[in-house]
Amino acid sequence: MQLTHRIVLTGVSLGAASALATPAMADTIDLSVALPRLSVAEYHKPYVAIWLEKTGAPARTLSVWYDQGKRNNGGLKWVNDLRAWWRVAGRSMTLPADGVSGATKAPGPQRVNLPVGTLANGAYTLVIEAARENGGREVVRVPFNWSGSQASGRAAGSAELGAVSLTVRR
Amino acid sequence: MMKFRKSALFVSTAMLFAGTAAQAHRPWLLPSDTMFTAGDNWMTVDAAISENLFYIDSFAPPWKPVTTAPDGTVVAAENASTGKLRATFDLHLTKPGTYKIAAVANQISGSYMLNGERKMLPRGTTEETMATAVPAGATDVWQAPNNQRIETFVTAGEPTDTVFKPTGKGLEMVPVTHPNNLGVDEPATFQFLLDGKPAADLPVTAVAGGSRYSNGLTQIDVKTDAEGKVTLTWPKAGMYWVSVSSPVRRPGGEGPGGGQGGGQGGPGGGAGGPPPGGPGAGPGGQGGPGGPGAGAGGPGGPGGFAGRPITPPQRRDSYIMTVEVVG
Repeated sequence: MQLTHRIVLTGVSLGAASALATPAMADTIDLSVALPRLSVAEYHKPYVAIWLEKTGAPARTLSVWYDQGKRNNGGLKWVNDLRAWWRVAGRSMTLPADGVSGATKAPGPQRVNLPVGTLANGAYTLVIEAARENGGREVVRVPFNWSGSQASGRAAGSAELGAVSLTVRR
Repeated sequence: MMKFRKSALFVSTAMLFAGTAAQAHRPWLLPSDTMFTAGDNWMTVDAAISENLFYIDSFAPPWKPVTTAPDGTVVAAENASTGKLRATFDLHLTKPGTYKIAAVANQISGSYMLNGERKMLPRGTTEETMATAVPAGATDVWQAPNNQRIETFVTAGEPTDTVFKPTGKGLEMVPVTHPNNLGVDEPATFQFLLDGKPAADLPVTAVAGGSRYSNGLTQIDVKTDAEGKVTLTWPKAGMYWVSVSSPVRRPGGEGPGGGQGGGQGGPGGGAGGPPPGGPGAGPGGQGGPGGPGAGAGGPGGPGGFAGRPITPPQRRDSYIMTVEVVG
């Protein structure tokens, strides 16, 4: 799973780098998200969207986890339950998207490495939204400042998301 | 003076909604969702006139909303039904973009003299039916437009702007911020036009729904600027009811209660909520507070009361929309 991600994403960042005609300086966000284990009668793994916000720039989707196993891409019907993401980014993109969409993930700590190309310096917010069928919805925002070398941030949800931490490295 | 004026206002509002004790009746359209994935979607819409937002607590509206697709075609209302408390219909969305669901009533209020008596124009009189509404031999015809527009918007896939072309009649909203792109704490700007021109200096009220299960009432009061624009910053997520009407009925305001009463009185009455005094009731009642002679004019306006003089109607316009704020 992880491997698939990495391969596809490398392709993307290479493309971006060659367009700029500069050596690839791919910044990466190492993200850890805890999906809480919930003892409910009917548990479905949450849909999750992860995106990057920067004042004055359109939101940039980094990852979307939704039910990819349904026939005719039927799991897409509910991606707009990720309402905050749907409004700022989701509705203007096509899913599945290489390097962005993936299957839903099981409860427990989830670690993902998100290549983001070369980030301009400035203040960012990484946003994670989770929405669960027959369950709740939650948005966790993790602000960080990027000055070109290293950054980190953490936050925690209270219901549908647990602890979230990230480090950004060049 | 203050006391007197208040009681005058109460009378005029009560006139608009005989049989109900409440002052604040708000007409609205409530979509089952505002953001759909592009593709094939079904949605449903509730329409009601209620005291609390968006609870179905009073009565169904008489109006029949029209839905315009992003390509300008009309989407048929399916499974339409009108109950005691609300009307409802389904919509089948098959095209990507923004749809407008609108209940528009452009009517004429007024009265005429016949055989020495002043008679009200029938409720629901329009420019088209004006000729037949006034009988032969009638003189001293008083008339004024009464335009109201109740809207909501839904978007499948990405938002589009094709349904926002103003018609140039009555109060209309032109988005600066798309009404299906509203977020908590993000300022949203709308422009209001009256007959296609900026509607300056009008109070705009936004009220959040869900009051039954929250402490207090979330309400924003702003005023349009010279360009007819307002900027609203939403304090919490949810559905909001946004209302503006002309002319300003309560200069100075009387607190939240008074403000709401005024804002809603217009649309409800115009929409054909239980009408006591006929079409003249709305404009008449509103004529009172408008002038400095508020005390005398207010109660005198509604022509339905025996022994009270019928006064010339005043033009009235109102606009209401329901929007969702995402959090």
